[in-house]
Amino acid sequence: MSAAPVELPHWADVALVPLVSVIAALLVAGLVVVGIGENPLEATALLLRGALGSAEGIGFTLYYATNFIFTGLAVAVAFHAGLFNIGGEGQATVAGIAMAIVCLALSMLPGFLAAPFAILGAAAGGALWAFIPGWLQAKRGSHVVITTIMLNFVAATLIVYLLREIIGKPGSMQPETPDFPAQAVLTPMHQWLAPLGIDLPSTPLNTAFLLALMALAAVWLLIWRTRLGYAIRTVGANPRAAAYAGISPAAVTMIAMAISGALAGGLAVNEALGVQHRLVLDFTAGYGFVGIAVALMGRGHPAGVGLAALLFGVLYQGGAELSFDKPAITRDMVVVIGGVLVLFAGALDGLFRRLVAGVIGRWGAG
Amino acid sequence: MDLLQLVAVILDSTIRLSIPLICAAMAGLWSERAGVVDIGLEGKMLIAAFASAVAAFVTGSAWIGLGTGILAALALALVHGFAAITWRGNQIVSGVAINMLAAGLTVILGNAWYGQGGRTPSLEGPARFGEITLPFARWAHENVPGLGLIYDEVVSGHGAPAYLALLCVIVTAFVLKRTRFGLRIRAVGENPAAVDTAGISVAGLRYGAVAICGLLCGIGGTYLAVAQSAGFLPHMTAGRGFIALAAVIFANWRPWPALGACLLFGLLDAVAIRLQGVTLPGIGLVPVEAIQALPYLMTIVLLAGFIGKATPPRASGLPYVKER
Repeated sequence: MSAAPVELPHWADVALVPLVSVIAALLVAGLVVVGIGENPLEATALLLRGALGSAEGIGFTLYYATNFIFTGLAVAVAFHAGLFNIGGEGQATVAGIAMAIVCLALSMLPGFLAAPFAILGAAAGGALWAFIPGWLQAKRGSHVVITTIMLNFVAATLIVYLLREIIGKPGSMQPETPDFPAQAVLTPMHQWLAPLGIDLPSTPLNTAFLLALMALAAVWLLIWRTRLGYAIRTVGANPRAAAYAGISPAAVTMIAMAISGALAGGLAVNEALGVQHRLVLDFTAGYGFVGIAVALMGRGHPAGVGLAALLFGVLYQGGAELSFDKPAITRDMVVVIGGVLVLFAGALDGLFRRLVAGVIGRWGAG
Repeated sequence: MDLLQLVAVILDSTIRLSIPLICAAMAGLWSERAGVVDIGLEGKMLIAAFASAVAAFVTGSAWIGLGTGILAALALALVHGFAAITWRGNQIVSGVAINMLAAGLTVILGNAWYGQGGRTPSLEGPARFGEITLPFARWAHENVPGLGLIYDEVVSGHGAPAYLALLCVIVTAFVLKRTRFGLRIRAVGENPAAVDTAGISVAGLRYGAVAICGLLCGIGGTYLAVAQSAGFLPHMTAGRGFIALAAVIFANWRPWPALGACLLFGLLDAVAIRLQGVTLPGIGLVPVEAIQALPYLMTIVLLAGFIGKATPPRASGLPYVKER
């Protein structure tokens, strides 16, 4: 085994290697399906039909993809600065809390102001919760990975306390807030498109999807077309060189983490403001962790993140439909696929690059 | 209930709540002392809990459950080793993957096999680790005032894996500190190049440490499912792997202080359970969440160097490249 990194053509590096790891992850998932006594081909067909076979299915798929775009982008932005933000869950939780407080405090605001304020509240909450580990790493040297893990748990206990004691719905047995004011809530896509003569079935897909698409474009612009993006990439590639070039790694670390947390807040916007119209416990539902898989698979590039989010949207929606037909295959299969993907596309990257290089080399020779 | 009795009850649940933490903390200690960062403790305990509950249910033997739990955790540990040591992958990413994998697999397989929403059937009789009454416990309870009660309630009456876990602390402390193997493990976490120069295999030592880590996680997970509870529940580790990680940081990567940190976190948990809905004079209703969040907050504060300083092994998290 040589230590020299494997040389690959650019197209293979950005497209082929992730593709191979996706296929390998799906094969592993297929083995699990076989292991519980079901037919993986039949399961795949059911899954694809459930996710893409109807307008309703596509609506649900895009709704799930919205969540993954936000959490995937959050991880990706931090990655560009050389930071590993596994605090998406906690950041989205605090974003949801901040948003709920804004919504409940500003219930008198007219419609065109309430929603933007709520969204800004979410972004601020997420940014704050990510800024803390960023600040701790930049100024105190504590590793962002450990602090984000710890802050995930702090956020999880914080929301339980707040929903029970402070902002909870009085008299409700569920840990949840009262319903948000109607003018703050995001419009579902089917209602939004109906006046234009486009008739869609009712799905949770809402305006947050458009926000997610804008976030994809904005992150692309930020990372590759702005001075700050250049600073982020420079610090990610080599903090010492960045410092020599007059860029402050400490400042970039804090800013990149805050942006990352604000993006994770998008999850709260889609779930609480767009679908449930109130804040409930555990609304993050592991989307933050799947965002890691999305970012790794998408190679940190917004286009890749979008595609990977779409794939996970298909898996989530298709998985939900599949579990109706095949109760043995629960939606936790998506978590397994996510885990295998993180392993293959993230940790075993070297192995997959070598495999791909081997195949390309053989083609070239033959 | 008189005060002594209350203290004994709280200390007893402290021990019960600490055992999984202690196993996972010793596991993390081995791995990180050898330079392999492991945030997959949670996943390894979870898979061990599931595998041990299934095996104990099928065979009716708690000990076979323990063996199976250890094997399951070992398998995941070797996956981590393969990614982190052989392929020099990102150790954090690999740990995240292991946690996700375990969380998903245990629910899917449990649901497919038993159809109870991911739970395994409840274990009875020899399929569970019974409570071991230590010698003289009853006698001491009746004849020695104070200490006898503590001995009977707190020290005696735990399942076999609990005593195994305490043994593991002693062995870990001794082997890491006093043996040649332990010295080499520590060296490979501080300066792998020096170990390599001495002609000792860096990869071999690290695989060894990672395997020991798997073994210990296996004991911890088994304790959860087969001794503390009577079966597996989805996500039953509930963040204990991460609390254990916090304990390792707290203890500055040393075994005895890690034991102390685990006991402290266990005590906080036990007190939090006791204080649920209790109004204290002068403080009012204690928010249990505040006590539950304490270990995490304390770790953040410690890592930031506001109280003391946490210094991880120098080479931790860095893959070793011979030619560098």
